[in-house]
Amino acid sequence: MTITSLAMQRRRATAGRLWKQFRSSREGMIGLAVLVVFALMALAAPLLADVRELNPVFARGQGNPQWAPPSEFGPLGTDYIRRSVWAQFVWGSRVSLFVGLAASVLTIFIGSVVGIISGFVGGKTDALLMRITEWFLVIPFLPLAIVLASILGRSVWNIIFVIGVTSWPSTARLVRSQVLTVKQRLFVDRARSLGAGGWHIVSRHILPNVSGLILANATLAVPISILTETTLSFLGLGDPSSASWGKTLEEAFVNGAMIRNAWWYFLPAGIGILIVVLAFTLIGRTLEELANPRLSRDR
Amino acid sequence: MGRKALGSALTFVFVLVFNFFLFRIVQKDPIGSLFRGRNVPQETIDNLRTAFGLDEPVLTQFFYYVRETLQGNLGISYQSRQPVWNEIVTAIPETLVLIGVSAILSALIGTVLGIAAAWRRNTWKDHTITSGTMVFYSMPDFWLGMLLLVGLAVVFPVFPVGGIVDAGSNATGVDRLLDQLHHLFLPALTLTLAYLGEYALITRSSLLDVMGEDYLVVARAKGLRDKVVRRRHAVPNALLPVVTLAAINFGFVLSGAIAVEAVYSWPGLGKATADAIRGPDLPMLQGLFLVFSAAVIFFNLVADLTYAYLDPRVEDS
Repeated sequence: MTITSLAMQRRRATAGRLWKQFRSSREGMIGLAVLVVFALMALAAPLLADVRELNPVFARGQGNPQWAPPSEFGPLGTDYIRRSVWAQFVWGSRVSLFVGLAASVLTIFIGSVVGIISGFVGGKTDALLMRITEWFLVIPFLPLAIVLASILGRSVWNIIFVIGVTSWPSTARLVRSQVLTVKQRLFVDRARSLGAGGWHIVSRHILPNVSGLILANATLAVPISILTETTLSFLGLGDPSSASWGKTLEEAFVNGAMIRNAWWYFLPAGIGILIVVLAFTLIGRTLEELANPRLSRDR
Repeated sequence: MGRKALGSALTFVFVLVFNFFLFRIVQKDPIGSLFRGRNVPQETIDNLRTAFGLDEPVLTQFFYYVRETLQGNLGISYQSRQPVWNEIVTAIPETLVLIGVSAILSALIGTVLGIAAAWRRNTWKDHTITSGTMVFYSMPDFWLGMLLLVGLAVVFPVFPVGGIVDAGSNATGVDRLLDQLHHLFLPALTLTLAYLGEYALITRSSLLDVMGEDYLVVARAKGLRDKVVRRRHAVPNALLPVVTLAAINFGFVLSGAIAVEAVYSWPGLGKATADAIRGPDLPMLQGLFLVFSAAVIFFNLVADLTYAYLDPRVEDS
């Protein structure tokens, strides 16, 4: 048996243990189940709704009614330019989930790199990086995101970039403090005295020990990313060519769905956001407790 | 204390530098964008460039920028053609009223709910409070605003749909005040519901931490009633992090109400931001960004100082 396969075996055992612990949490399992449903919906979007339904010209050609409630046009009615709200809901879940996930990956990547370098290298690098982090913590997040999004222009990738660039600092601080504790542990000294280089220590000893925390943090970053995307889209900074849930809410608001009480137009997208955000929060809290049992909320 | 104030001042300098260069990158040609597409002789453009100091070295320009900003000159808004500073100064009181009311209410109600949940942990009361606040915490605040607007201003028209006073109203004195409160109700309710979740969750976990401490066992052993133990011994210590959160939050919520102000056309800094985005009105955005950052820095300093005052264990280090 080679060393690598031994390591693989150990990792698989750790993952199995983690899953077993996770499964015993009701909160976590509910969140996961809800998330799977929404992920399936996003993946199966082409089967659930015709993408052409998003095009007002096509919708008019189909003879769709305008502002029709669900009783007249199933399953969720139509909007001010005769488009199916169901199609917008299904295809919007794709954009919202994708932006939420991608922005969180970027956030966690920047935060982890800064945190690990800062904590592992220490000294002047640490002082400088932490100063920058503190500054970014102070700059109000939403106005900065708005300014950047106005400057960069309206596209999905810009929104992802903006969220990633503005929300990494808290992750960086968290990862740094964890790296500082792991660095003191005996096995790091042992590896170093055996002649291990910095990269080896970071990738083989530090990273595995902070990865639980990073995973929990990443899960908790998704709801924030989704809510930020929603707010930016609502303020008119969303991608005009791909409709997210936030964009649906913006169009509903701007075109007077509130005054008409066209509830079928503004309820589904909002409920979708609420449920997905709640699901990620439940999963994140469960993972956080697994990574750091001292946090347990039920003492 | 002096050191903390100095730290805040340094942070503000960073924000100034950041703000200057951020908008320098965007606006490579501010004079050109001033005339947007109109046919203007090159000579006029050159003269304006000189007049605005745009042919000076960047460092000199930065110096001008800092000098003018500190004197309250933030440029001219593209949309209203008024000085940005005037626009911001008229919007600040409206935002302060809305944010002030909802920040105080959410902190008070949230804390009370958090205490109730922790003291009766794992009962139906705790579960109701915890899950209820998490639901409000998980929805976009402006969507909550839209729901309340449809419910209480459209379907049951108890409250006005937006604005700050009835259109065309010229009431004065008490009547005007009542009219304003009538308009304030829905946006304040929205923000209070949106923010109280955080306070409830933090208070709950902070009180749970305190509840394991020895001195509470001692207090109970002395024969004190449950209520007295809670009010006199547990809660005061548990509130420490909540107070800090409240002070820090106040700086952040100032900018957090952008979308909610837009929903209710509440004429504060948030609505000004939402309007500036449509342009985009860059001078306005730049000025608003500066004001929002200054608010966060200021309230962070307040939070630090309050914390040091409330908890003598925190040294001025």
